[in-house]
Order: sequence, then structure tokens, then C-alpha cells
Amino acid sequence: MRNNLDIIAAYSIMLGLIILVGFLQSWSIALSILCLCLISAVMTIGANIQWGYAGLINFGIMGYTALGGLAAVLVSAPPVEEAWRAGGLNILLCAFIIFSMIFIIRLIIKKFSKLKNRNYIIAAIIIVGLILLRLISAPAIESIEAVNPATTGFLGGMGLPIIFSWIVGAFFAGGLAYVIGKIALGLRADYLAIATLLISEIVIAVIKHEDWLSRGVKNVIGLKRPVPYEIDLQGKEWFINLVQKFHQGSLNLISDNLEKQQALKQLVIESSTVFVKLCFAGLFTAVVIVLLIITQKALYSPWGRMMRAIRDNEEAANAMGKNVVKQHLLIFVLGSAIVGIAGAMLVTYDGLFTPGSYRPMRYTFLIWVMVIVGGSGNNFGAILGGFAVWFLWIEAAPIALFLINFFTSGLEETNALKVHLIDSIPYFRFLMMGVGLLLIMRYKPKGILPEKIKRV
Amino acid sequence: MTKELEALFWELKMDLLNAIILLLNYIFVPALSYGSQLALGAIFVSLIYGILRFAYFTAGDLMSFGTMFTILFTWYFQSLGIGLGFLPTALIAIPFGIIVTIFYVLLKDKLVFSYYRTKKSPPVMLAMVSIGTMFVTQAIVRIIIGPFDRRFFDGEKFIIKANEFKEMTGLNEGLAIKSTQVITLFVTIIVVSILFWFLNKTKTGKSMRAYSDNEDLALLSGIDPKKVVMTTWVIAAILATIGGALYGLDKSFKPFTYFNNMLPIFAAAIVGGIGNPFGAFLGGYVIAFSEILLTYAYKKFFIYLLPENLEPEGLLQLLSTDYKFAVSFSILVVVLLFRPSGIFKGKVL
Repeated sequence: MRNNLDIIAAYSIMLGLIILVGFLQSWSIALSILCLCLISAVMTIGANIQWGYAGLINFGIMGYTALGGLAAVLVSAPPVEEAWRAGGLNILLCAFIIFSMIFIIRLIIKKFSKLKNRNYIIAAIIIVGLILLRLISAPAIESIEAVNPATTGFLGGMGLPIIFSWIVGAFFAGGLAYVIGKIALGLRADYLAIATLLISEIVIAVIKHEDWLSRGVKNVIGLKRPVPYEIDLQGKEWFINLVQKFHQGSLNLISDNLEKQQALKQLVIESSTVFVKLCFAGLFTAVVIVLLIITQKALYSPWGRMMRAIRDNEEAANAMGKNVVKQHLLIFVLGSAIVGIAGAMLVTYDGLFTPGSYRPMRYTFLIWVMVIVGGSGNNFGAILGGFAVWFLWIEAAPIALFLINFFTSGLEETNALKVHLIDSIPYFRFLMMGVGLLLIMRYKPKGILPEKIKRV
Repeated sequence: MTKELEALFWELKMDLLNAIILLLNYIFVPALSYGSQLALGAIFVSLIYGILRFAYFTAGDLMSFGTMFTILFTWYFQSLGIGLGFLPTALIAIPFGIIVTIFYVLLKDKLVFSYYRTKKSPPVMLAMVSIGTMFVTQAIVRIIIGPFDRRFFDGEKFIIKANEFKEMTGLNEGLAIKSTQVITLFVTIIVVSILFWFLNKTKTGKSMRAYSDNEDLALLSGIDPKKVVMTTWVIAAILATIGGALYGLDKSFKPFTYFNNMLPIFAAAIVGGIGNPFGAFLGGYVIAFSEILLTYAYKKFFIYLLPENLEPEGLLQLLSTDYKFAVSFSILVVVLLFRPSGIFKGKVL
């Protein structure tokens, strides 16, 4: 218990801050901050597994997040039958060609390793395959995108509940990570960082521009939620009763009956958004807790010890007979899969998929700030980092406004400098993140909650 | 008979010329200027990697920082009425922008990077720190000048206009050369030649190369590491400001675009062999040309070249222009896989 005092203290402060926002601003804002904090926490768990356990730098977090989001669309959007009729067959054929290409190339690499002009044959297969793909897919894509382009223009999804996409998203991201890991994990640390960053940009480019798959920059809106809608709640008898019971005290103060009805109606509308967000927060908390238990168990298992050994001294671990390459690949896939879950959760929460909004600043570098500030190698630290940094990211504007007003209180309201500073308040969050990261790296390089190694 | 043949030859010749001009206008000239801008960025990323030994993620934002001050000085000079006539005012503003940027990078080095250098932190740590400075630089740029798109070009816009060219030569295709493209090329040639002269002939330049080659040996032979590091930062600031300002003159200045340019710049530096400035210089052109060559629609080109009954139906575009960035990144991935030291053997300055 005493060992965990710092964890308890840090989390209580964080919770207190969110509750403070609830009292000062509104409960709706506080809960949406909490929800996004929880999603960020899932992402940081994923990044922390890669960086904290194994020392792998993955700057491709944005790509896995977007893939998770794509999974949410493909699972939950209703299928567009007309589009499937128009070009579904060709798309399936293309998928088949891609798989057979991969299969043949693998076969050649494995079985005919002594062939002299092997590379030329592989190149020829790839070129022929690409031309075939182009010829087959071009008319299909055109006809799919022509199907009612204002509302659909894509193949649609499977129409399943969106919750399933959290698992599918994990598989998507994990699959991509497997491919990337196979090619890039042999690179040196900083090369790996750059390579993953660029690969994630390629993923985003594909999602943005392949309209038949994801509607691209036209966005997919109105994805079905796993929790009730506000409008439905407002009509439900039990919910109104619940609100009435909850606000008994303040309602009783109003004597006029009509006014009382009005006030109740207002309260019901307000509470419905809060209730929906509470439902989301409950779901997300469940995910975070499950992941936390699993990762915590893994960290202190023999496997976790082996990972730390590999991280701290690759050569020694190798000499002890541990398969470093295989373990690196495994952890790369696992961490990315968790990030994929977070990506699907994010789209679930927003109810829409906007490929244009995936930017490396927000989805890669900010997550890294979270992991480093929170404490790499410590799951509690990483989650705390997710909470603290996201909280600061959102609340940076009010804090900056307060500080500017404080420091320029001697100046007039119309002073050009003051007006300019107040206009650029949104950008102070970058400054806070940067300065915060630099300070933490300088004075507390292991993060707020540093890694703890239990001695067995 | 001979007259008819002559007419046919004449037509063929015109078609061929038209096709060449088409490629010059849409591929060669734009790629050359874009490549130069990338090359300037890639050289300093490569230098920092070679001498300070870390991936400098602030690259794009340092360029936008330098460009921002160039723009501010341009506005100041414009308000004073100082100009260069047909040349853009920014050309006089660049040196002032460079001075401010040099101060900024040296201050950053003193406050942030020197600590980790003396502690001999692993390169990964320094790369993370450069992400911190990236956030800060981005914030400074956005707070001072805002995130909006700005054009600060003045003076004569074209050296050759498409219409004039058509009239002059009687061809169907016009060749437009923007003055910014010529300025870019001209400035790049001057800056890069001075830089390579500096690295290869002067004592400081040689000591920088020695330091990059083998740090311990260089220290042993009495090279002052402080001086080497400082010179590197100064060169980085100069190249960043010039490259950024040229890019802004040619296209426009927007902080977000500059941040994104970091990616092709890294691609250029690695493709050319990171740590090798000459490789990075060529890498810039490799990236620029492949981006434009692979995303250009060749339909018109083949219409000129092929007989009428063979005219192509589609756009003959290998990849849609949306994948411009993806092209350079794919090249990078391929290079990383098959030749991790880059096309021109990196890590030897």
C-alpha cells in the first residue's frame, strides 16, 4: 500500500481536477474530457508496451488509430447493396489477386532461394499484378463511387453493432503492424521512428483517397452508438423519474407548477447528455481496466522480465537464447493492436469518421508526450500521462487566457499586443506541451510515475 | 513529293518539340525548384544527423520560423518603401531572418540540447527532445504570425509567360518560368557551392567532417567540439531560413505545410544517405522528381508522340496526385529495406 501511495495521490489529484471542471464549467464538459482521457489512456497503454517494455519507437500511432476508425466504419455502417452489385465482384477479385501475389512471392522466396534471377521474376510478378489490379479495379471503383455519391458512394460496412469493431480494429492494426514490423523492425531506433512516421502517412493517404472503401474526405457520419441516444432518453418515463428524484431538492423550491415542469424539462435535456457520456465513460473505463490488468500481469510475468532484459541489453538477452527479433515483432503487433482498439473507440464516441482529421501532431506526437510525461515502462504512469496531458491540452486555453490577463493586466483592453495574444490563445497549448515535455525530460526523465521493478 | 515529305517531317518535329516543352513545363521546371527547396532542408538535417547524431524533428518548423522572420522583415522593408524592383523584397529580408534564426537555434542549443550532449544521452533521447522543441517552435510561429496562408512575393512574377513563349516559338505548348523558380535554382547553386567549399577546403569544415567521422579521434587531435557544434547549428539556421523562404516565395507560407514538409525532407536525407550532405542534396531532387514523374498524367504527352489512331483513352497517370507524399515515402521505405545506408552511402560526411 505504501509503495503505491504516489500512484493513489496522482490519480486522486487527476480525478479532483476533472471534478473541479464539472463544478466550474459543466458536467458535460468534464465527462467528455474524461471520455477522451480514457481513450488516450488506451493509446498510451499501447505505446507504452512498445516503448516502455521493449524500447521500440513507434511514430506510426496515427496510422493504427485511423485503421481502428476504419474498422468501426466497416463493421457498423449499413452495407450499400447497390454498390456491391456495381463493383463488389471486381473488388473481391482484386483482393484475391493481391493474396495470390503475396502467396506466390513468398513461395518463390522460400522454395527457390537459389534461383539466379529470382529478383527479376518477383519484380515481373509485381508489375503484372499491379497492371491487372489497375485494369480490374478502375471501372469497379468508378461505378461504386457513382452510386449515390452524396450519401454513400462506398461499399458500406456490415451493419453489425459498433462494439465489435473494437476487436476488429485491434486485428486491423495488428495486421498492419505485422507487415511493418516484418520490414522495418531491423532498422536502428531513429530510422524506425522515421520509417513508421512515414508509413503512417501512407496509411492516412490511402484512407483519405480510396473513396470506395472509406468515403475518403467526404467522411462517414451517423454511425450507430452502443449507448442510448439523448432524444430517446428524453421521452423515457423512467429517465424523467430518475432526473426528478435526483433533483428533488431544487425542484421542490419552485412553487409554480408550470415553472416546475419547465425546469424539469430543462433538467431532463441536460441530464440526458450527461447520462449518455456517463454510459460511454463506463464502457471506456471497463476497457481501460481490462487492459490494465492484462498488461500489468504481463509486465510482471516471466515474459515481461524477458522483455525488459531485451530492452536493457539486447546482446545479452540474445546470448541467453531469447529470440529478440520474434519478441520485438510480437510486442510491436500487440502494442499496435491496442492502439487500434483506441482508434475504434474514438470513432464510436464521435459517431463519425473523418479521415482528414488524422494529423501526426495530435495522434502521434501528443501520445508520445503522454507516455514520456506519465512514465514509460509503468502502466499506471502511462495512463496518468494520458489523463494529465489530455486535460492540459483541453484546458490550456482557459489557463492561457488567465495567464495573459494576469501578465498584461497593466495594459489597456484595446492594446494591440494584448488583443493579438488573446487571439492566439489556441496555440498556447503547443507551447505548454513543448515546455512541459522539455521540463519533464530534463528534471524527471523517467516521468511522473517512474518504472518500478519488483524484486522477486 | 519532297514537299509533302518535308511537311510531314516538320509536323513530326513540331510534335516532338511540343511534347518536350510539355514535359519541361509540367515536370522538369517545377521538380527542379521543389527539389532545390527540399535539398536545402535535407542537407541541414543530414548535417545535424552526422555531427550531433540525432534525428532533428524540428526541421520543418525551424524552416517556418526562419521564413516567418523573413516575412516580418519583408513587411517592414515594404512599409519603409525599400524594394528590389523586379526582384522580391524578401531577398533583402532573408539575411535578417537568418540572423534571428541563428540566435534562436543557438539559444535552443544552450538551453536544451547541450545538457543532453554533455551527458552523452542516447540519440533517441535527443530525438524526443527535438520533438519538445518542435512543439515550442510551432507555438512561437503560430502565436506570432498565426496559422494562416500568407503570400509575401512581390516584383515580377514570370520570366517567360506561357503565351509569350507560344508566340515566340509558334509551338502549341507554352513554357512558363516563374521568377521564383529561377531565383530558387540560382540561390541553391550559390549556397550549396559555398557550403561544399566550406566543408571540403576550410579548416573548420574539415574538422566538422573529422568530428562526424570519428568523434573520439577528432577530440584527440585537438578539435574543439563546441566550435564544431556551433558551426553546425549556424549552417542549419542559414539553410533552413533560405530553403523555407524560397519555398514560401514559390508557393506560400503556411506553418502546417512546413511541418508536413519535414517528411519529404527526411525522406530526401535518408534516400541520399543520412549524414552525407552531398547525398542529401541529390536526394532532394530524387524525391521531387519521382513525386512529380509518378503522379503526372501523360495523356497529352502521348497524344503528341503517337499517331492519331493510337491516341490513349485514359489519363495515363500512374498514381493519382493525392498520393504525392506517399510516393516519396514508398521510395524511402524501399531504400531503407535494400540499402539502409542510402543511395550515396551515408554516415561518412
